[in-house]
Amino acid sequence: MNPVRALGAGLLALLQSAGAVTRFALETVFAAVRPPFFGGQLLQQLFRLGFLSLPVVGLTALFTGAALALNIYTGGSRFNAESFVPNIVSLGIVRELGPVIAALMVSGRVSSGIAAEIGAMRATEQIDALHTLATDPMRYLIAPRVIAGVIVLPLLVIIANLIGILGGFAVSVQTLDFDPSVYIKNTLDILERWDVLSGLIKAAVFGFLLTLMGCYHGYHAEGGAQGVGQAATNAVVSAAVLIFAANFLLTSLFV
Amino acid sequence: MTAQDQSPVKIAWKDVTVRFGSTTVLDRFSLEAHEGRSLVIIGGSGVGKSVTIKTALGLIRPSSGKVEIDGHAVKHNREDDPGVAQIGMLFQSGALFDSLPVWKNVAFRLLHAEHMKADEARERALEALDQVDLDRENADKRPNSLSGGMLKRAALARAIVGRPKILFFDEPTTGLDPVTADVINKLIKRQVKHFNATAVSITHDMASMRTIADDVAMIKDGKILWRGPLSEVESCENAEVCRFVRGESEDE
Repeated sequence: MNPVRALGAGLLALLQSAGAVTRFALETVFAAVRPPFFGGQLLQQLFRLGFLSLPVVGLTALFTGAALALNIYTGGSRFNAESFVPNIVSLGIVRELGPVIAALMVSGRVSSGIAAEIGAMRATEQIDALHTLATDPMRYLIAPRVIAGVIVLPLLVIIANLIGILGGFAVSVQTLDFDPSVYIKNTLDILERWDVLSGLIKAAVFGFLLTLMGCYHGYHAEGGAQGVGQAATNAVVSAAVLIFAANFLLTSLFV
Repeated sequence: MTAQDQSPVKIAWKDVTVRFGSTTVLDRFSLEAHEGRSLVIIGGSGVGKSVTIKTALGLIRPSSGKVEIDGHAVKHNREDDPGVAQIGMLFQSGALFDSLPVWKNVAFRLLHAEHMKADEARERALEALDQVDLDRENADKRPNSLSGGMLKRAALARAIVGRPKILFFDEPTTGLDPVTADVINKLIKRQVKHFNATAVSITHDMASMRTIADDVAMIKDGKILWRGPLSEVESCENAEVCRFVRGESEDE
């Protein structure tokens, strides 16, 4: 195949996908703000996306904070800057690692789960059945999941931030001989309101993206079991890429 | 003049063409379903029978032409379309929601579209289960704990709970043993009569066709090959229809 033609075809396919995702996102937002609202579905999704993600988010945040403290101590000691460990750990966790790690962990658990669930519903005609029961699948299935993602991710990130900082604190006090009260004071002194807020805004955006990708790929799944599996894979991969891309864009805006 | 010709047209496919990529599934397809009559659509696999129903439900948008219910064109993907709102549909797989107990599946339309109170909706769902001869003790079970026949009964109860004017049946006896299939066919016949509904069914099962049809249409290559009342199907006016109904291949 002519390489120019192949490149052009690839570019067109990419633009087509981007257009389809954008349209789906707009339909989702429209469905989310237009009654009827399915409160029961939303509560169920808040529990599944939020509460059930707590262990995995908490554990990864704990280990990330602990490893970050060790790395910063090792690097800082090369130019006598070990005392900056609490400052950099807290800033790094709150502005960057808390939201990104939490979003990636939730996307691994939730995006694939959503895509598999909705994909299976597509394969077994349950989505068509919703139409025949006078219920809009965008409002009943998609909007509650995406709203739950936007609400839950900032809450999970608050918890991830606290646990991540606690991980750094534990390692610093236990193995690096930091004074606990000085560590806590330095942590609190360095953090500004905007540091926390910008991380939570990122989290809300990531929550939107990772649930949207799960819903989009599940809703458009084709071809039975293989299609459902492919949808789950695509959901996780696309959510992860979009999370990193959005993180860069938002960080550029927030610095 | 036949009974079919005397009753008004309820559903009309008018020059409907449906293409998926380069494949034409329905090709300037025209068909009418008359009020209060049961039309069964037969044909080989992949000739567009399910697509025919999905265009009437607004699930597939025709590439050209239109489907009308009561003279109004069906809108695409609009669950609030007045034509679609009077439809009850029995899907081939049942398409019950795994996450809900049977009674909530049956009462889904009442709870979510008609905003009926839960107690009242449950009572209506239980009545619908009675109508399809499914024990009320199954009401709180999950669909995955039901047998194939029970699943079809539950799905049929969901289709009729809204007291529909139109009923669609997509391969209603697929996957059932002959005895259970016969029970389901008789249930369908009874419910269509009970609601005086217009019914459109698609099936490969000739026993099913003989039980539930008033009129029969056969699709081939995206068009209607033959249509007429059930009594004329086996008179072999059309050799191809005759072979299909008898289950004979061309070289027999």
